[in-house]
Amino acid sequence: MDHLDQLEAQSIYIFREAFARLKKIALLWSLGKDSNVMIWLARKAFFGRVPFPALHVDTGKKFPEMYRFRDHYGKEWDLDLRVEPCPPIDAVDPTLPPAARSAARKTEGLKMALGKFGFDGLIAGIRRDEEATRAKERVFSPRGLEGNWDVRDQPPEFWDHFNASPPQGAHLRIHPILHWTEADIWAYTKRENIPIIPLYLAKDGKRYRSLGDQDITNPVASTASNIDEILIELEQTKVPERAGRALDHETEDAFERLRVAGYL
Amino acid sequence: MNMIVTPASPATPNGTTRPQVRIVIVGHVDHGKSTLVGRLLHETGSLPDGKLEMLKAVSARRGMPFEWSFLLDALQTERDQGITIDTTQIRFRTNSRDIVLIDAPGHAEFLRNMITGASQADGAVLIIDALEGVRDQTRRHGYLLHLLGVKQVAIVVNKMDRVDFSAERFKEISDEISAHLNGLGVKPTAVIPISARDGDGVAMRTDRISWYKGPTVVEALDALEPARPLEALALRLPVQAIYKFDDRRIVAGRIESGSLIAGDEIVIMPAGKIAKIKTVESWPATPVAGRQGAGRSVGITLDRELFIERGDIVAHAGSAPRETRRLRARIFWLHDKPLAKGDQLLVRCGPKESRATVVAIEKAVDPGELSSSENKAIGRNHVGEIDISLSNPIATDPYTENPRTGRLVIEVSGRIAGGGLVLSVDAGQRAVPVDIVPVESALRPDERSARYQHNGAVVWLTGLPASGKSTLAKALERRLFTNGGSPILLDGDTLRAGLNSDLGFSTADRSENIRRLAEVATHLARNGHIAIVAAVSPAREDRAAARRIADTAFREIHVATPAEVCEDRDPKGHYKKARAGALASFTGIGNDYEAPQAAELVIDTSTRTVAEAADEIEQMLKNTGVLFDEAVDLAANI
Repeated sequence: MDHLDQLEAQSIYIFREAFARLKKIALLWSLGKDSNVMIWLARKAFFGRVPFPALHVDTGKKFPEMYRFRDHYGKEWDLDLRVEPCPPIDAVDPTLPPAARSAARKTEGLKMALGKFGFDGLIAGIRRDEEATRAKERVFSPRGLEGNWDVRDQPPEFWDHFNASPPQGAHLRIHPILHWTEADIWAYTKRENIPIIPLYLAKDGKRYRSLGDQDITNPVASTASNIDEILIELEQTKVPERAGRALDHETEDAFERLRVAGYL
Repeated sequence: MNMIVTPASPATPNGTTRPQVRIVIVGHVDHGKSTLVGRLLHETGSLPDGKLEMLKAVSARRGMPFEWSFLLDALQTERDQGITIDTTQIRFRTNSRDIVLIDAPGHAEFLRNMITGASQADGAVLIIDALEGVRDQTRRHGYLLHLLGVKQVAIVVNKMDRVDFSAERFKEISDEISAHLNGLGVKPTAVIPISARDGDGVAMRTDRISWYKGPTVVEALDALEPARPLEALALRLPVQAIYKFDDRRIVAGRIESGSLIAGDEIVIMPAGKIAKIKTVESWPATPVAGRQGAGRSVGITLDRELFIERGDIVAHAGSAPRETRRLRARIFWLHDKPLAKGDQLLVRCGPKESRATVVAIEKAVDPGELSSSENKAIGRNHVGEIDISLSNPIATDPYTENPRTGRLVIEVSGRIAGGGLVLSVDAGQRAVPVDIVPVESALRPDERSARYQHNGAVVWLTGLPASGKSTLAKALERRLFTNGGSPILLDGDTLRAGLNSDLGFSTADRSENIRRLAEVATHLARNGHIAIVAAVSPAREDRAAARRIADTAFREIHVATPAEVCEDRDPKGHYKKARAGALASFTGIGNDYEAPQAAELVIDTSTRTVAEAADEIEQMLKNTGVLFDEAVDLAANI
């Protein structure tokens, strides 16, 4: 087994545990490279079929390429796609800095979708190497009744035994690719020939390393026009993956405040 | 940014073809874990551009001198308290290894986070402050590394600058910790003097530690070996689920040890059923070539239809794990409430879960203390050996034979509260499973449920003699039967005339009497009937044993009619005889009836009619999912 085989086997194990132990789960499909890998892994885990809904909490502000991708592959992969809207910006905590406030709409949209469908587990494609607070996550991560994350009181998790009993009315976040890195995602995408949104590839000296809302995501300088070149670029770079995400850099703790409130 | 530089060798998934090892840094609080991590990142050139400058600026703004540990304390909450709360993971490279560094907190409060981090590691660095020496958390972490199965441990003695780089002080600490670890069967791979703050011993042997000839920290990390999958051991494929998405019936799970290939003769434990692997399935539907080894998540189909469930273990015939209802384990305990004899728990071995009772506790100690005084219960953050009795038979291996399947976790109220290693498996008096091949019913449980409009259950009526158990049992039997159900009355006295005629009234015989009643009732319940047991069953432990046997089918009803009313009724004349001394071992006039503490229902027959009491029982059976309501969603009960 090589490195990618090990990552894949571990993710499949997590998917199967989530499906066996929770009653009603959904996969959060953000259309980005990570969540596309997740869908691929789910199809491997369940032999071609994703046996739960793919939920897209839509800010309405994604890139047109992303919507086209969603509509095309939602059908081709035979997903049970649920698109749920986010509330207007006025409904969001006005003390947050502008970009974080904009991103927090997604948290609110997620809460509304949770209330509507009553999911007890949401599968999310976050990774430990992305960002410091995500590094502290559990694979099965309990959320409070308001969707909040209590970083101080996380249950122990070891030997692939997961805490899968959310209290009544609360839910769990399940993170099947927590242990992957950005380079792993690209190497696997290439090996498995998983489709991607072309915005990730360089055009006119720029490419997106991470895709969010159009108004709060910026491209990075790059000439990597295919996955091999992206992998070489990642070997060399010391720029963090989320450098183009405005909301991470507004204040020291903006991202953590978002996550404690239930942001991915 | 200088981007497309053609590297000497092509990029591979983890950057290079080099092995990846996961390291945890543990030790007493404030002995310098985070500082060492910060220093390691700097020395190996792993810091993102600008990170160091940013943190130096933040320190200046806060009016604090810069500390290497700030690199890790990314969360505001941590900076405020000055302690590392949780496990973070950081990646860097040494000459020949990709290192994933798991930083685990030293604060005793966060031991669960240390365990979460360390359980993922291939190797560990145990850090000790040269000034303070070996402390309780140093010893505790050392012990936990052993329990977690981390065998490669490097010791670093930090803050050597605070002891003037004294070789004597270094040797003192080195001897003490080595002796402690050797006692646990852990041999340190290196003991290294360092100053994480100044850099001595981290990546370079400086003049100040010229007396030291061993490896630096970076060199020690470079020598660690990644964990290898256990392909050489016997096949263990714990079943996670059975999928029937199409016409295939796929048994899915991850191979924990050994390997398999289509055509293998297998045995499914604990039931001991035998089959052959027909296919190994995959998606995309490319044929799976060759043997599938440990670490793979697979799906197999079998050559025959068998009832298999989550938690079963697929093994090769001849090298199957042992089936047991009782085992001994060495565990660590993380729950606030100490673990005591008699406690009811949920035990998980891989995907298998079973309710369990702690039968005995031995060697309960605080691994942080030097003189380990033994306790009766295992306190929070302490360790001990326990005997547990399981309500469902499970298949498992001793840890020494299979480190993957020979471990378990304990859950309390849906949250992981402890874990440990299986020391021994007691197959007890039960026959070797390969000799017994239970014949399965031709009917599925849901077929019976659809007809009877109820699930199988054991309704256990306990109470003093003459409290009204038999009367209620008969009323309930009549009512369930009238509604089309299938109730069966099991009266304690009736069974004593036949099945239990070899038993008297000693404590042991009473326990055996209850065990047989429970086994018969459970068999009926598994076949869809409602077994109504009317038995005094005065001993709490006996009833707990009955509950373990019947497990989720058990419904306990305490018929709590006051003692004087019972004695007044005395339909069989037993109380009179007992008072006259003619009936030894009679429950009722002494204090030997132990009332239930958590019965599903309590009924006092002196204050209500038989019909009213039967109503209450019926309602309880509805509320607890035994009886179906009018609008039946059968699918939900399958």
